[in-house]
Amino acid sequence: MEDVVNLFHGFAVVLQPFNLAVMVLGIVLGVIIGVLPGLGGANGIAILLPLTFSMSPTSAIIMLSCIYWGALFGGAITSVLFNIPGEPWSVATTFDGHPMAQQGRAGEALTAAFTSSFVGALFAVIVITLVAPLVALFALKFGPAEKFSVFFLAFCSFIGMGKEPPFKTLVSMMIGFALAAVGLDSVTGQLRLTFGFTDFLNGFDFLIAVIGLFGIGEILLTMEEGLAFKGKAVAINPRVVWQTWLELPRYWMTSLRSCLIGCWMGISPAGATPASFMSYGIAKRISKRGFNFGKGEIEGVVAPETAAHAAGTAALLPMLSLGVPGSPTAAVLLGGLLIWGLQPGPLLFVEQKDFVWGLIASMYIGNLVGLIIVLTMVPLFAAILRIPFSVIAPVILVICAIGAYTVHNSTFDVVMMLVFGIVGYVMKKCDYPLAPMVLAIVLGDKAEEAFRQSLLASQGHLAVFWSNGLVGSIMALGLISLFWPLIQGAWSRMRARPAS
Amino acid sequence: MNEVSQQARRGPSQRNVEIGVALVTGLLGAVTMIGSWQVGIGWGVEGPRAGFFPFYVGLIIAGCSLVNVVKAASETPVGDLFADYGQLGSVMSVMIPTAIYVAVIPYTGIYAASIVLIAVFMKWLGRYGIALTLAISIGVPVSIFLMFEKWFLVSLPKGPIEDLLGL
Amino acid sequence: MSHALKAALLGAAVLSVSPVSAALAAWEPTRTVEIIVPAGPGGGADQMARVVQGIVTKHNLMKQAMVVINKAGAAGGEGFLDVKGSNANPHKLVITLSNLFTTPLATGIPFNWKDLTPVAMMALDEFVLWVNADKPYKSVKDYITAIKAKGPGEFKMGGTGSKQEDQIITVAIEKAANVKLTYIPFRGGGEVAVQLVGGHVDSTVNNPIEAVAQWRAGKVRPLCVFDGKPLPYTDKVTADMAWSDIPTCKSQGLDMEYVMLRGFFMPAGVTKDQVAFYVDLLQKVRETPEWKDLMKTGAFNQTFMIGDEYAKWVAAEEARHRDLMTAAGFLAGK
Repeated sequence: MEDVVNLFHGFAVVLQPFNLAVMVLGIVLGVIIGVLPGLGGANGIAILLPLTFSMSPTSAIIMLSCIYWGALFGGAITSVLFNIPGEPWSVATTFDGHPMAQQGRAGEALTAAFTSSFVGALFAVIVITLVAPLVALFALKFGPAEKFSVFFLAFCSFIGMGKEPPFKTLVSMMIGFALAAVGLDSVTGQLRLTFGFTDFLNGFDFLIAVIGLFGIGEILLTMEEGLAFKGKAVAINPRVVWQTWLELPRYWMTSLRSCLIGCWMGISPAGATPASFMSYGIAKRISKRGFNFGKGEIEGVVAPETAAHAAGTAALLPMLSLGVPGSPTAAVLLGGLLIWGLQPGPLLFVEQKDFVWGLIASMYIGNLVGLIIVLTMVPLFAAILRIPFSVIAPVILVICAIGAYTVHNSTFDVVMMLVFGIVGYVMKKCDYPLAPMVLAIVLGDKAEEAFRQSLLASQGHLAVFWSNGLVGSIMALGLISLFWPLIQGAWSRMRARPAS
Repeated sequence: MNEVSQQARRGPSQRNVEIGVALVTGLLGAVTMIGSWQVGIGWGVEGPRAGFFPFYVGLIIAGCSLVNVVKAASETPVGDLFADYGQLGSVMSVMIPTAIYVAVIPYTGIYAASIVLIAVFMKWLGRYGIALTLAISIGVPVSIFLMFEKWFLVSLPKGPIEDLLGL
Repeated sequence: MSHALKAALLGAAVLSVSPVSAALAAWEPTRTVEIIVPAGPGGGADQMARVVQGIVTKHNLMKQAMVVINKAGAAGGEGFLDVKGSNANPHKLVITLSNLFTTPLATGIPFNWKDLTPVAMMALDEFVLWVNADKPYKSVKDYITAIKAKGPGEFKMGGTGSKQEDQIITVAIEKAANVKLTYIPFRGGGEVAVQLVGGHVDSTVNNPIEAVAQWRAGKVRPLCVFDGKPLPYTDKVTADMAWSDIPTCKSQGLDMEYVMLRGFFMPAGVTKDQVAFYVDLLQKVRETPEWKDLMKTGAFNQTFMIGDEYAKWVAAEEARHRDLMTAAGFLAGK
């Protein structure tokens, strides 16, 4: 009960006019940061951190967390409109969001994305409010073996889902793994696959690959099809938000499932990226309209967005209660906490009640304010697609180049972006799926690292992946979802047999 | 694709492109295997070494590529085109300016190059008037400059023109 | 503009009392100054760089803005190569940690600290041997006995990165106590501390700032500090202990010392005036209450060095790292 009192006290803090103003400013800045691929949430917060040094810690964290919400909302905008995911967890949003935009349903896709983000984040905040101490204990259970099992589950629930030829899917995914391996091997500290080129030292960053494969590749495909976005002629409908909302409750099951996946991934902390892919993969298998995923199915936007934002929000909990950042953005926020003299850790909830509950209250209100702001702008965003291609295309190219450059401040990366763009175009034309490659680039080295850390700890015994109930059941879940089509087929044959 | 009648279409065949792509991925697989070999592909006392995973990843790439070559050669319908020359021409009309743009950024900085890129697109592909072209091609990089360099303090590549202006 | 001008004048006034003022008037940054961090966001070096940035911004110590850029690729090699390639650029600083020595030695990338100009040592970061508070070992002796009882390689040591400071210390412990540990590398110090709390590793050598929160919460226990003398901070951190109550490892029979450099460098080829400007700037940073707070929370060793003294210290450290890493077999193959 004491917590509820604290929470209401937190609301009172957040609703002070100065804090509300800071909140709106934070969200608008965040949306801008999310839209420009060169400024991800982590970068944006790092850059704006000094601005907040003169504020009280509570106002400062409200502003920074609102930038974070804004960036989360903003990331969906470019994914839907231009097929350019600004953050790894927006990749799965492009699968159905961009086809919807091409069909002239950009407003619908954006409304679904924003609303789902809100639902996911809200669910996670409620979880944080109710069970924060328990959840922190759960996070402690995740050692290297458990982490690997989570990555394994993410891969298993995602692969084998496409209609593309299996050997092409395999090639695509393995190339992703190979690219993820380039650079420093974090376990032995050796350089590998660099062939002596200093430009390869950094490895291939996810962002450069997706900007090229998805963003540039899309422009090239559009050119081939004759110089026009297909959704161009569609009228801007100010009531699109309401109409989409009427449709959304139909997907409550998908939402709930995605919320749970997201919270789990965020707390464990595997992060928002596996959450979004896993949620998309599972939704596709379970949904009745799964066959149509990837062609503009609204459920395919709801699933990854809900999970990603539930995870992104839940990831703040291990940061506050354990001092472990669940995401790069959380890592920068962590640095901010230290500068304000707040020590994240088990005692933060006891010693800094004002701050913690102020932050949690700001999550509720910040999310709501953010949702209202972005929803009012939906028709405006959708109108961007009306700008003629010959104007918007070079502007997108420039923004892509900036995005690729800012990852490592390297012009070599801009060249790589174009290379990835051409690769993306050719692969798409030859029916190679791009998503498995991107998934492997994002998670490949992390999965390998966790695998090898586990083996170091077990002195080379593979049995470590079945050594306790937690890791064993996640691995089993992974195997089940990998062979799900076979299991499903066997099941339906068994049911068909008695009938016939 | 369907708008163009079958007789009028000429271009590289899907079959050849598919074989080419599979050969390139196969080569990539081989390169990965060589690179992994150099750092050790064994399984030491403390688990796999640095090259263990990449080596098998390379092996799978090479193996699957081989399958893809065979499948492309035997299963692709002979008449299918990858794209006709007209379509490839439009793709090139974006790709070539972009390639030049990317190549000159280290020398001219990103701002000057962006002005030219946007202007070329609008004038050449969009056939817009001079006034609008200039307004957008200069306006966009200037607002990017203000946003990144002044507001968010992110430094982007600059060239001699910016040095001259003292920016 | 006038505000900035005032700040500059004020700065000049402060400088006139310092001995290097004549040289200082000669040069000032004319562009945004970048601090390169050869590590990821959230780590010790990153935190320090961001604190410096925050202090400089908040107290208006410089006319131009200051930004922090992370270049963590190849264990920081990316950042060092970037600074090496910016010959004579006076608007670039790099903050270092031990990977200044370890990364070139372990990976063979073409870089040496002599490719940089030393500016100032800001502090030395300490290392403490931590164990999970639920475990029975209360002293280094208990700990070593437990390792020996468990058998070679059964005891797990968690640390940040591979072939870097944490693993070097681990190898040194193995030698000093004649035991065998299994070293498991993780990405960052915070993660390592949590792995210890969760019982996935048996001990760590976290920096004080990385583990202090868990210590205050009673989740981990410090056994000894790897410095020559106990830490000077006597304020109680937990109910009954202060940093100064942690004994040195040497006094506990673990004969070894290790501290890590937190210092600033510039690219090669910069002028004396330019270095002097930053030395003075960093000296002013050290005087601020925010900096003193950071030093206290992180229990840093506040040694400050500039010029030849600093360069000599770095040279000696490099030789020591080469020896340590050669002995451990961490040098790059080719």
